[in-house]
Amino acid sequence: MLALEQLAVAYGPHKVVKDITFALAQGQIGCLVGPSGCGKTTILRAIAGFEAPAAGVVRLQGQEVSSASEQLAPEQRKVGMVFQDFALFPHLTVADNISFGLKQLSKAEKTAKVKQLLQLVGLPDLGQRYIHQLSGGQQQRVALARALAPEPKVLLLDEPFSSLDAEFREVLARDIRKILKQLQITAVLVTHDQFEAFAMADMIGVMQHGQLQQWATPYELYHRPASRFVADFVGRGVMLPGVMLDQQQVETCLGIFRQRYLAEVQAGDKVDVLIRPDDIVHDDDSEIKATVLDKSFRGSHILYTLALASGEQVYCLALSHHNHAIGEQIGIRLDLDHLVLFPRLLPA
Amino acid sequence: MLKVKLFDRWRWAVLVPALLLALPVAIVFASLFSPQLDVWQHLRQTVLADYIVNSLVLAGGTGLGALLIGTSTAWLISQYQFFGRRYLEWLLLLPLAVPAYIIAYTYTGMLDFAGPLQSWLREVFGWSFGDYWFPEIRSLAGAVLMLSLVLYPYVYMLARNAFSEQSASLLEASRTLGLSPRRHFWKVALPLARPAILTGMALAMMEAFADYGTVQYFGVPTFTTGIFRTWFGMGNAVAAAQLAALLTSFVLFLLLLEKWSRRKVRYYHQGQKHSAPARRRVSPARQLLLFVLCLLPVILGFLLPAWQLSSWAFANWQRTLNAAFWQLVWNSFSLAAIAALLSVLLALIFAYARRLKQDPVVRLPVQLAALGYAVPGTVIAIGVMLPLAWFDQRIDLLAEQWFGIRTGLLLSGTIVALLLAYSVRFLAVSLHGIEAGLERIKPNMDNAARSLGFSPWQVLRRVHIPLLRGSVLTALLLVFVDVLKELPATLILRPFNFNTLAVRAHELASDERLADAALPALAIVLVGLLPVIILARSTERRMRGVE
Repeated sequence: MLALEQLAVAYGPHKVVKDITFALAQGQIGCLVGPSGCGKTTILRAIAGFEAPAAGVVRLQGQEVSSASEQLAPEQRKVGMVFQDFALFPHLTVADNISFGLKQLSKAEKTAKVKQLLQLVGLPDLGQRYIHQLSGGQQQRVALARALAPEPKVLLLDEPFSSLDAEFREVLARDIRKILKQLQITAVLVTHDQFEAFAMADMIGVMQHGQLQQWATPYELYHRPASRFVADFVGRGVMLPGVMLDQQQVETCLGIFRQRYLAEVQAGDKVDVLIRPDDIVHDDDSEIKATVLDKSFRGSHILYTLALASGEQVYCLALSHHNHAIGEQIGIRLDLDHLVLFPRLLPA
Repeated sequence: MLKVKLFDRWRWAVLVPALLLALPVAIVFASLFSPQLDVWQHLRQTVLADYIVNSLVLAGGTGLGALLIGTSTAWLISQYQFFGRRYLEWLLLLPLAVPAYIIAYTYTGMLDFAGPLQSWLREVFGWSFGDYWFPEIRSLAGAVLMLSLVLYPYVYMLARNAFSEQSASLLEASRTLGLSPRRHFWKVALPLARPAILTGMALAMMEAFADYGTVQYFGVPTFTTGIFRTWFGMGNAVAAAQLAALLTSFVLFLLLLEKWSRRKVRYYHQGQKHSAPARRRVSPARQLLLFVLCLLPVILGFLLPAWQLSSWAFANWQRTLNAAFWQLVWNSFSLAAIAALLSVLLALIFAYARRLKQDPVVRLPVQLAALGYAVPGTVIAIGVMLPLAWFDQRIDLLAEQWFGIRTGLLLSGTIVALLLAYSVRFLAVSLHGIEAGLERIKPNMDNAARSLGFSPWQVLRRVHIPLLRGSVLTALLLVFVDVLKELPATLILRPFNFNTLAVRAHELASDERLADAALPALAIVLVGLLPVIILARSTERRMRGVE
């Protein structure tokens, strides 16, 4: 449905993004995450046709719409976009905003369509209001309805929740995912919030310095990050130093672990092993003891910060009835499903 | 390919008119490279010291007067609840509608020996000529008073906004730290509002430097009157331009001061949400005092002169309301309308170019051209006259050599010269309005409309024009009224036998026919009220938005 191949966009001589390749099938929701300034929004603007690529192509339904030499005008792409600042038209009512892109339809058809969309986004009674009379969340829904009205093939959402309250975001993210899935619309979402990405996306791309570090499912991204940056950016975790015993076994202060895949490491190499909070299991019977340095109550769970005998710190996500005081010694066990390791960086 | 061409088109569309608008001021400064030693020797020995001292005293005194009236009324209006406060809040803006030269004629008529006040005094006390001392309004001090009375609203407006944007918790914090409300004013509120007040003062002082009508009428020699005398009296246009350059340097210094204080406005402005402070309630006697204090500037700066003008106009309407008057109205209105259209058109081009191209080749010339609002009308007139006269002479010469015909004054004696001068002087006014309007149309709205299937032209028609309409109309009106009020440039540049309301009022007043001057003056004041009303309404709307 949507495919980017080796896309690069430059402002002047400076390439803002380069070598972006990913594809989404119809109805799939993709999400680009990364720190601010990494070029996420630029990719959306290139897909919509607001930026011309310096290299590479953008394909919609197999048709090439953007390349370094040729560009289909934005208004001919049938790509909808929801902007970070919503960009609703203040001189029009909600209904007129939504029907703005419905040029071909008759008046009655427009009214029907607007009504249907207002229903869809959960604002059935607000059609005659003006934009400034709406709350932020309502404006967000109107922006979505306006973008959906011309039935775009692809919908782009640029940080759509950034101006909303945290609790509200989750609800809206779930609602929007439901709507997109229901209409089988291919969508690309840009966000700097990984939890939003996890809640919405089928595929997630992690970006850094204008490059796509990894394009994968949320599960894979979390459990099999392709680089240190991804490991660091997605989820919480620590790097535990270890030494390779052979190509498959690594020794750490928490024991010896075996990896299923052959990594490009030799026996004797120093490595870092990624330990997620859920990899450390609280087990009173375990012989490995750690000291509680800090704890933060999370409702059903408690996130402990623990100091190992070797002085290393790890996180442990324990069920919340295992309540221990700071300074207490508790038993832990490492339960690694996926061994993720990176060659140790040489101290600079 | 298309992109490169469009790029060039915008650059040219900006560069050519912007440089043309920057030309007059550049010419004035270029005159410094042609020293006129004899004239300067003469000026230095005779009047130059007067020009400098009088202009500085006039601007300084007006700044101080505006500071006193503007800040005190702003503080009372923003801090106290009293009878009539809601009306006074906008009534205090009314003197803006009265040009300084008009208030000067009016007060002269009211206060001179034969005027109503002195006649009444003589009658009551039985005095006759020479028995008593009465202050002479036609003096430097009188000019300072006149200008302060009509220019204080600049300070009032900015100071009031600054005071009412200060959060209620600031005062509460001061009180908990042991400061009385009075000490809070001096130690917290005033320092916080200082950048806004300085800005207002700088604007008032710029107007005072630029004033020609008042000082000319009062016979106070300043730079602006000196420029006229050097040019038309001594016949030395270059020396006049050099005086103009000197005057402009004073004004540019103020402009720097204004920019500098404005930069601080941002730091002093607290971004967080705040509750507007509850206005303090006082006893009925104090309320009456506050009411009178705030009403005084309105009476002196607007109601009294407007009443006097109306009574003169009414007493003489059968004589003055004739075809000649309607001709004046037609001249003034059509001239102002054309100038307003031209100015707004230029502003639209510049504003769009600046929006589409973040490019110093576009940005800098526009900024340069917009500087004209700080330059006195007299200076601009000279800067327009010199190159146009030079151009006319060259064409005339060439035409005679080649075709044996004389072309005469093609540009300098025509409405073209006036329109150029107005465009220079008032571009900033229209540009400011258009840019503020364009800012509301976020770039993403263009993108949104494009992604919904509209071409760039359709975006212009469906989104930009409806959203910009208000700003364009306001900008048109503001420039229209400013042109209508403008005196010195019109006086110098108008075509032969072409009179406007402002010029005619000035001429009649100069001939001591004050009563006859009243009708055109009143017409200017009435039209001048329109933008003041718009201003009052828009600030009121914003204030409501805050609450």
